[in-house]
Amino acid sequence: MRKRAIMIFLRDVRGALLISLWFMFLTFPLMVIKVNPIERTVTWRWDNMAYVGLLSFLLYLAGRQYVKYREKRLEPARRRSLGEKTKRIFRGLRENPVPAYTLMTAAGAFALAFPFIFSTYQTNIMITALMYVVLGLGLNIVVGVAGLLDLGYVAFYAVGAYSYALLNLHFGIGFWTALPIGALLGMTFGILLGFPVLRLRGDYLAIVTLGFGEIIRLILENWNEFSKGPSGISNIPRPGLFGLEMSLEAAIIYLYFLMIGLVLFTVFVVRRLQDSRIGRAWYALREDEIACQAMGIDKTKTKLTAFALGATWAGMAGVIFAAKTTFINPASFTFLESAIILCIVVLGGMGSIIGVILAALILILLPEYLRAFSDYRMLVFGAVLVLMMVFRPQGLVGHRRRTYTVKPDAGRSGNAA
Amino acid sequence: MDYFIELFFSGLTRGSIYALIALGYTMVYGIIGLINFAHGEIYMIGAFTALIVSTVLSIYNMPLAAILVLTVLASAIWAGAYGFTVEKLAYKPLRRAPRLSPLISAIGMSIFLQNYVLLAQTPDFLPFPPLIPEFAFMEPVAGVIGSSELVILTMTTVLMLLLTLFIKFTRLGKAMRATAQDRTMARLVGINVNMIISATFIIGSGLAAIGGLLIASHIGQINFFIGFIAGIKAFTAAVLGGIGSVPGAVLGSFILGLTESFATGYVSSDYEDVFAFSLLVLILIFRPAGLLGKSAAEKV
Repeated sequence: MRKRAIMIFLRDVRGALLISLWFMFLTFPLMVIKVNPIERTVTWRWDNMAYVGLLSFLLYLAGRQYVKYREKRLEPARRRSLGEKTKRIFRGLRENPVPAYTLMTAAGAFALAFPFIFSTYQTNIMITALMYVVLGLGLNIVVGVAGLLDLGYVAFYAVGAYSYALLNLHFGIGFWTALPIGALLGMTFGILLGFPVLRLRGDYLAIVTLGFGEIIRLILENWNEFSKGPSGISNIPRPGLFGLEMSLEAAIIYLYFLMIGLVLFTVFVVRRLQDSRIGRAWYALREDEIACQAMGIDKTKTKLTAFALGATWAGMAGVIFAAKTTFINPASFTFLESAIILCIVVLGGMGSIIGVILAALILILLPEYLRAFSDYRMLVFGAVLVLMMVFRPQGLVGHRRRTYTVKPDAGRSGNAA
Repeated sequence: MDYFIELFFSGLTRGSIYALIALGYTMVYGIIGLINFAHGEIYMIGAFTALIVSTVLSIYNMPLAAILVLTVLASAIWAGAYGFTVEKLAYKPLRRAPRLSPLISAIGMSIFLQNYVLLAQTPDFLPFPPLIPEFAFMEPVAGVIGSSELVILTMTTVLMLLLTLFIKFTRLGKAMRATAQDRTMARLVGINVNMIISATFIIGSGLAAIGGLLIASHIGQINFFIGFIAGIKAFTAAVLGGIGSVPGAVLGSFILGLTESFATGYVSSDYEDVFAFSLLVLILIFRPAGLLGKSAAEKV
């Protein structure tokens, strides 16, 4: 028995060695050699090769151990007991929601006290994170709930931001008037763009939305008379409160509470929608389009509502973004921005509200506080997308669909679930 | 008239580069039905490898011919290796997952590779050494077509012919076509499907890398972001011709290259990328199956 374990371990080590050799070969030109074609000099960075080799060796071994652990854990007998345990915890939470409420109250109190405990700088970062929460929840309706992969989400965000900036520039329209206008314009664009493309199949839809996003950005960049081009629009006023003059600090705290309000409003709307008729139609559409059509769900209309609703939220977030930064230019609306929002939805778990909120806070706040690693931010985002798809496609917090069960003793005729 | 011919050749050159990249998209799509979003990044890695290898070799004073051959080989081999690894890491575990999962994974891979090159090399533009010499016999027509354009056109034509012959006549090529038609059936008749998929990725990546090195040497500079736009344009070309069809990808690429060249030449160069994106949107809306593709109804 022991001999066998050693044999297996040795086989793993051999595998790890081969893998690390492969990755050392793979990364050799890009990681090791650095050339300067102008001065014709070469820098050899052999230490990088050692890191790559060591890292891939250890990762492979760790991965093997994880797979073994998972296999052992997923033995039928143990899986049953494990499933029972988690089920009991969930049931406990549902029947006795006191710990959940305490947790929510604590989080709420922390959110209320945040701007008074921490500095303006911290509050500003938090506002950004909350903005991504709203964007994530908005995209969650489109990608997570309705299953439409929208890679041009940032286009609607840009529409919102530019509608406030331009309306303010030309007509002096204030924040509170611009907010519904931005939302409405976002929705209009969502419907206009969505109408022709929503009959496309999933992966084509992704590419077309990506194309639209880029077209809008390129137009903003090149149409100087309309959008002032790459130099952008500056001096956008912050949100006002009945014409009250506010110091910078007060304005930021005000904006913070505005964002908290918007997040709560978004969560409320999304929650109500998820259990509504249209929400269930979205879920059904995500699972199986053909079955949906057979059940008499209007495919185009259902998809269009999801798309337009997502765009509305992006438009609102855009108006707030313009008001927060007081300066916008097309560089803020690249594809990478869409990718970050998508990453939030994927990490949080498609369709899960609490998951998306957590993911937005993690992905936006962590790089801010780990400044040393902020260069690796996008690298990690890319890796997160791949790893989540491979290992945990349901996200950090898998969404539990509302299910209706009949208690066994409730009625003998009730065998429906 | 000269201007027209010049634009025509520059369009052909663009088109042939798009074709080299689009072939990878279309072959992969034909076999596993996945839009390999990271394909543009493989092209970029090919160009970077070529830059590094050719600079190192030229510092060690190798003869020009040796530099050329070794650079082409090295960039194709390493790009192939990256394509192979990407497939194994990011797509193979997801073969039975819902349709959107591999696509999201591919987007992640694309972002990862871009930033990997940015961190391992440089965020700036790097000048690319002109690998293709100016031929003396091209002197009289230099106004309308340059030496590098001639080399690009010849090289892509040769590569495409080789690829067509390969797919038509060799054992591996036949196995590829069989896998594209019906993966389960191919497995039943003893084709190693995993190996075929890997081979497709390696060949597609190698072609993209050669495209990358040719265009980089023609334009004269590269950075980590070139793969994004080139990838989307090549994808547009593949969809235009009908994704999954090899001749379609080539046809679509030439149409796209010529359209772009004439549009930027006669209309405006500010909106160069907008033309390609608009074309993509229009095709997908009006003829999603492409010019040479067959539209298939989705079945339960």
